[in-house]
This record gives sequence, C-alpha cells and structure tokens, in this order.
Amino acid sequence: MISFSQVRKSYRSGEEALTELSFGIDDGELVFITGRSGAGKSTLLKLIPAIERPTSGTVLVNGQNVGSMRRAAIPYLRRNLGLIFQDQKLLYDRNVFDNVMLPLAFTGHAYKDASRRARAALDKVGLLAREKANPIALSGGEQQRLCIARAVVNRPSILLADEPTASLDSTSAAEVVEMFRDFNRVGVTVLIATHDEALVQRLNPRVLALRQGRLEQ
Amino acid sequence: MSNWLRQHWRTFVLTLTRLARNPVATLLNVTVIGVALALPLGGYLLLQNLGSIAQRVAGTPQVSLFLARDAEKADVSALEARLKQLPGVHSVRFVSREQALQELKHSENLSDVIATLQTNPLPDAFVLEAAGGSAELEQLEPQLKALPKVAHVQIDSAWVKRLESLLQLGRTSVLILATLLACALVAVTFNTIRLQILTQKDEIEVGKLIGATDAFIRRPFFHLGLLQGALGGLAALGIVYLCMHILNRGILELSRLYGSDFSLSFFGLYDCLALLAFAATLGWLGAYMSVSRHLSGIEPR
Repeated sequence: MISFSQVRKSYRSGEEALTELSFGIDDGELVFITGRSGAGKSTLLKLIPAIERPTSGTVLVNGQNVGSMRRAAIPYLRRNLGLIFQDQKLLYDRNVFDNVMLPLAFTGHAYKDASRRARAALDKVGLLAREKANPIALSGGEQQRLCIARAVVNRPSILLADEPTASLDSTSAAEVVEMFRDFNRVGVTVLIATHDEALVQRLNPRVLALRQGRLEQ
Repeated sequence: MSNWLRQHWRTFVLTLTRLARNPVATLLNVTVIGVALALPLGGYLLLQNLGSIAQRVAGTPQVSLFLARDAEKADVSALEARLKQLPGVHSVRFVSREQALQELKHSENLSDVIATLQTNPLPDAFVLEAAGGSAELEQLEPQLKALPKVAHVQIDSAWVKRLESLLQLGRTSVLILATLLACALVAVTFNTIRLQILTQKDEIEVGKLIGATDAFIRRPFFHLGLLQGALGGLAALGIVYLCMHILNRGILELSRLYGSDFSLSFFGLYDCLALLAFAATLGWLGAYMSVSRHLSGIEPR
C-alpha cells in the first residue's frame, strides 16, 4: 500500500532530510516512526500526501507514484488520506461541527449525508456533545480528538499522524493512541510519527526508527 | 451536474453570508464601484436622451427650394413637374409666399414684426423630402441649384449633423471615461479579493491539505467578485436613477417654457441587465486576476 524506494529528500538550503530510504507498509498495519527532532519523521510523513516531493527515489501510495503525480491530481490523493498535524490546523472562526464538515464540502456529499457523517465522526471521538463549541474552548486532548474526527470523516484507508500526543498529558495521550488503535483494528493503515519512546515500548508495534534521515537497522 | 450546481449554490450562499457579516466593508466597496460606474452611465443616459431628441426634431431630412421673385405660375408648375421626376425625392410640397407669410404671422415671436411689413418679402418655395437620409439630399443639391428660377437651396439637416457630431464626441468621451473607470473597478475588486485571500489564508491552507481542489478554493472568490460587481452595478443604476429624478424636475420646467414635455428617460430593462452583466464580469475579472496572482503563493508546508 505504501512503498518507499531509495527515497532521498533534500531542501533548497542543502539540508538532507532523508537519505536512501526504502521500506514498505502493508494494508492495515500500525506503524510508528520514531526518532529525535530533525531525524526526518515529519518529512517522511509529508512525502505520502505530496506535501513534499522526493528529490529522488519513488514513493508509491495505493500504487500511485506520488513523486511524479500531477498537481491537479494531488487533492484526490489527499481525500483518501487522513492527516493529523502536530500544530492541529483547526479553524477557529467556525465551530467543532463545521471543522469536521470541511473535508466533506468538496467531496460532493449532500448536506444531510455530510452532517450525518460529521456527527458520526464526532461521536466516535467523544465530541458530539460539543459540536457547537469553538475549538479554542476545547482542551488540548479534545482539540487533538477533533483533528482525528476531521481526518476520518472521509473514511480514509490511511491515517497519518505527526506527533499527535506531543502536547498532551499522559491520560489524553493514551486516549488518542487508543483511538488510532481502534481505527487500525477495523483495517485502516495507521502511521504515527512520535519521539515518545515510552509510548512505543508500551504498545510494541512495528517501528521505523529514523536517525539523521536514515532508517536504523 | 447536480453536484456541480449544488457546490455553486452553497458557495453563493456562503459568499452572501460573508458579505452580510461585514456590512460596512461591503457597503463601502459597493459604493465605490457604484459611483465609479455611475459617472459614465450618467453620461451615457444624457447622450441617449439627447440622441432621441435629435432624431425626433430632425424627422425626415428636408430641402427648401426658394424661387426667384420673378417666377411665374407656369414656371412653378414646370418646376414642380421636374422635381417630382428627380430620383430620391420622396415628396414635393409647394409653399406660396402668401402661405409662408400667414404661417409667420401665426408664429408667437414674429407676429409683431410681420404686422409692420408693407409688402410680403417672402419668395415662393418648394419643400422636398428625400427618400433616403441627409446624404442623399446633399447629392441632390447641385442638381437643384441648376434648375431654372431657383434662387436658393437650403438643406435643413446641417444643424442636426452638428448635433450628431457633438453627440459622437460625447459618446467617445463617455467611452474613454467608462474604460478608465472599468479599470478602476477591476483594481478595487483585485484588492478586495487580495485582502479576502489573506484573511482566509489558514482556511485555504487547511483546505489544500485535506483535499480541496484549486477550483473549489477559487470558487468563493469568483463568486465574491461577481456579486460585488453586480451589486456595484445595481448601486450605479440607483445613483443614476436618483440623479435623473432630481434633474428631471428642472428639465421639465425648462422644456415647458419651450412648449415641450421633454424629460430624461431611464434605461430599458435590457440595458439595465446588460449593465449588471458588464459590472459582474468586471468584478469576476478582478477576482480572476487577484486569485491567479495570490493563491499560488499559499501552499501547505
């Protein structure tokens, strides 16, 4: 489902973020990407939805070569991916419900169907009772759950989360991770970038450990 | 198709909501556009009305043929027969010197002067109407002058031509003004959309990250440009109508002094719709230019 082959990514500044990266992830896997800050975790995740393009090598997602994908095709790729960002990227000029409705606005769902889906996603993450609240009024854990609801509302086959527990207390972090496991149990492929070693050891999943842009053996 | 229409409808409602949420900014933008469009539009309305007066007053172009004082009845009859045979002449009417004097006596301004005359100074005359326009009459002029017992030929359309030239000059001036102010409208919309893009930078970035196409992201800005242009056009029509209404009081008073009931008429429905479409198109153009210039700079990182 996701395949990296000899992937190298360097920025214009000359900084080499990823070097000769090759690995594959099968459908329905739960994979943690670990490493220190600057190890290349975020860059690796950004290559999958074509937020960044590889300098060389091949990134395949569901059989599509993301590196050579036309710009106009990228939105359709991203609609099949659920993205959860470190800085959350919530919109604070609208309420919780409208934030979750956003991905459905451009997929052509009728309003009734879209609102049903949005409420189902909010229910899944335990935020249905707060659908009218502004995201700014939510706690850190609730905001992260809101991000998850927005990511899964389009029922993606792959979830990508960049440091989803970084700013959370241990209880909230455990809740969020448990949600990812729930989605994984129903067949969603989940990739989580984290530097939280304790979390990874507790769950004992498949780990891709990065060090200075290379996979550690 | 229905999905496409549904998305446009949603965007349209969203754009209207956004405009309504910022009433002061919306009103200011619409007023600026309205005033800019009202200037050439008002000029066009005046020219259109003046043009219709010229047409009404000029009617069918005529030539007056004044006969020599020594022309006898036989000469008149012979001349009338020849005139009727001339190609391009639609009608021939004889006005005798006595008839002309009677008409002058009935004239309000000249009756006193005419009463003091000892003898009738007026010549016999023919009034010709051409089948074509004033150009055909001008072509006839040399032939008419060459006819026997014809003392003077006067083409009555000269002043109409002068008025038409003035109107043409006015139309050109209005066109230049309209072009300049249309550019101003595009610039105003360009800037409004630029500010909107900056205000919605986060939304655009998030939208791109979660799968919004460029068309989806651009659509609200195009709707905003179109709506703002159309509302500006509506404001311009309102401004011109109000000004016309105020001016018409004075114009009616003045025209009554000349025994007329002339007043300015407003545009017809099609003219109004054409203006709204034009203003909306200019708004869309401003939005298109702004979106093309500014949206590509917002890419998620």
